[in-house]
Amino acid sequence: MPDRVDVGAAAAVARAYREQWASVLATTARLTRDLDLAEDATADAFAAALQTWPRDGVPRSPGGWLTTTARRRALDAMRRDQTLRNKLPLLVEPANCAAVEGAVLEDPPAVADDLLRLVFTCCHPALSREAQVALTLRLLCGLSTAEVADAFLVSESTMAARVTRAKKKIAAARIPYRVPAAAELPDRLDAVLTVVHLIFTAGHTAATDQLVRPELVTRAVHLARTVVAIMPDEREARGLLGLILLTDARRPTRLDAAGKLVLLADQDRTRWDHTAISEGRRLATESLRGGRSGRFAPQAAVVALHAEAPRSSDTDWRQIVGVYDVLLAAWPSPVVSLNRVVAVSMVDGPQAGLDELAQLRDDPRLAGYRYLPATRADLLRQLGRFREATAAYRAALEHSDAGPERAFLQARLAEVDAHARGGWSTSHPDDAGPNAAAW
Amino acid sequence: MAEYLILIYEDENTYADADPSVYAETLAAHGRFAEQIVEHGGKLVGGQALQPVSTATTIRGDVVTDGPFAETKEALGGYYLVDAEDLDQALAIAKLCPAPGGGVEVRPVMVFE
Repeated sequence: MPDRVDVGAAAAVARAYREQWASVLATTARLTRDLDLAEDATADAFAAALQTWPRDGVPRSPGGWLTTTARRRALDAMRRDQTLRNKLPLLVEPANCAAVEGAVLEDPPAVADDLLRLVFTCCHPALSREAQVALTLRLLCGLSTAEVADAFLVSESTMAARVTRAKKKIAAARIPYRVPAAAELPDRLDAVLTVVHLIFTAGHTAATDQLVRPELVTRAVHLARTVVAIMPDEREARGLLGLILLTDARRPTRLDAAGKLVLLADQDRTRWDHTAISEGRRLATESLRGGRSGRFAPQAAVVALHAEAPRSSDTDWRQIVGVYDVLLAAWPSPVVSLNRVVAVSMVDGPQAGLDELAQLRDDPRLAGYRYLPATRADLLRQLGRFREATAAYRAALEHSDAGPERAFLQARLAEVDAHARGGWSTSHPDDAGPNAAAW
Repeated sequence: MAEYLILIYEDENTYADADPSVYAETLAAHGRFAEQIVEHGGKLVGGQALQPVSTATTIRGDVVTDGPFAETKEALGGYYLVDAEDLDQALAIAKLCPAPGGGVEVRPVMVFE
C-alpha cells in the first residue's frame, strides 16, 4: 500500500479504519478464535493509533502496525483470562490454517485469506439473513451496533441482541472460520453477494427525504471491491460491483432541487458519474464473458445499457429485453419478470406490457410488492385508462413508505384522477413511466 | 470434534399413505447413512427411531396428557447423534440423512465443563 506519511495522523487513522478495519479484525480473530475478543482488541489498536501516531508519526505500514498491536492486546487479554477462556466455546480453526504466531503480517495472500474467512463466517447459511447483514456491517465495516440499528430502522437493543445471538451461534454450533471448499463455493459466494447487495439496496432506496443513505452505499461499494479483490476470478462478484457502481452513478440526478423524484428518462445524464460508469461498464462486460451467467452480471448489463444511452430515447430496449431473458434463465424471479414487462412495453407499446403483466398479477411472491401496481398503473395511464390507473396507483401507495417515491406516486394519482373525473382519454405515449428500475 | 444431534422431523402420513416400498427404501437409506457418516469424516455416536406420535404421552407440571408436546404436521420421528469436526461437516452429513416426509434439524450438544 502507498505511504501516506504526508497526511495528518488523525486522517491516517480514519483512512486506516475505513480500509483496514476488516483485515486487522480478520487476522486477530484467527489468533483469538473469539470474535468479541478480536473486536475489542481491534478497537483498542485503533484507539492506540489515535494516541501514538500524532506523537511518533504514521507508521510506514499502518495495517501492519494495527495488526501487531491488536494481536498483542488480544494475547494480553487471553493470558489474563486463561482459565475463563478455556470454558468458552471458540471459533473452530481448521487444521490446515497457518499458525498466526508464524504468519507474515504483511503477506497480502495471508491477509486476503483471513478476510475471506471473516466474510464467509459472517454470511454463513446457518445464520439468518438479518444476522448476516448485521454481522457484516459490524465486523467487516466496523460500524457500531447503534449505526447498524439506525441503518435498518430497528432499536439499538434489538440489533445488539441480534448480533449477540449470531455470535453465540457461531461459537456454540462451531461455524468454522474458514474458506468454503470449491464444491460449496458457488452457494456460499451467492450468500455473500446477496448480503452486499442488500446493504447497497438499503442505502440506495432508503425511505428518507434524500432517498439515499450515502454511508451505506459507500460501505457496500467498499465491500464489493473487497470481495472482487480477494476473489478476482469470480465473475458474479465483478457483476455485483459493476451493478452497484452503475446504479449509484445516477445518484446526483435521482432527485430534483426540490427533493422530488426524477424518472430515469428525465434525468440529466451529463451529471451522472461517468468515471463510475466506465468502470461499471468494464466490470459488466467482464462478468458476462464465459459460460452461463449468474444473477448479478446480467443486472449490471441492464444498467450499463441505460448508462450507455446519451439520451433516454437512445436506450436499446430491445437488447435490454434480451438481457432480461438471460437473467430470467439464471434467476426465475417474478421481480425480474416485472422489470422485463417495462422493457417490453418500451419496445412493443404499453398494451404489450400490460398483456405480459397479466401473468404476474396473481403471483403470491409479488403480493405487497409496490412496484407491481405502480407498473400496472403507469401502463394503464399511458393507455388512457385513467379510472383503472387511479385504482392501481392507490394500491401502490398502500405499500409505499414515506419519502420521494411516495410523493411521486401521489402526484401521478392526482393527475390520473383528474383525467378520470374530467372524462379525458388522451394518452401520453411519449411519457416514459415509472418502474422498479426507473429510480 | 463436537457432538451434533440430527433430529428427523417427518409427516407420519408419508409412510402410512405410501406404497410399502417407500418405507423399505427409506429403511435401506438409513442403513447406508450410517456408512456415509464415516465417509464424511464423522462418527456415529448413537441414534434411534421413535414410535409414532399416537403413542406419545406429555407431562406439564404434574398433568399427564395423551399426545405429543406440540401438535405439528411434522413430528420428531427419530434422531442420530454424530461426532463432527464443525458445523459445516455436521451439515454435510445431515444433508444425507433420509427424511423424505420432512427434514432434519441439527443441534450442537451442550458441553458442561
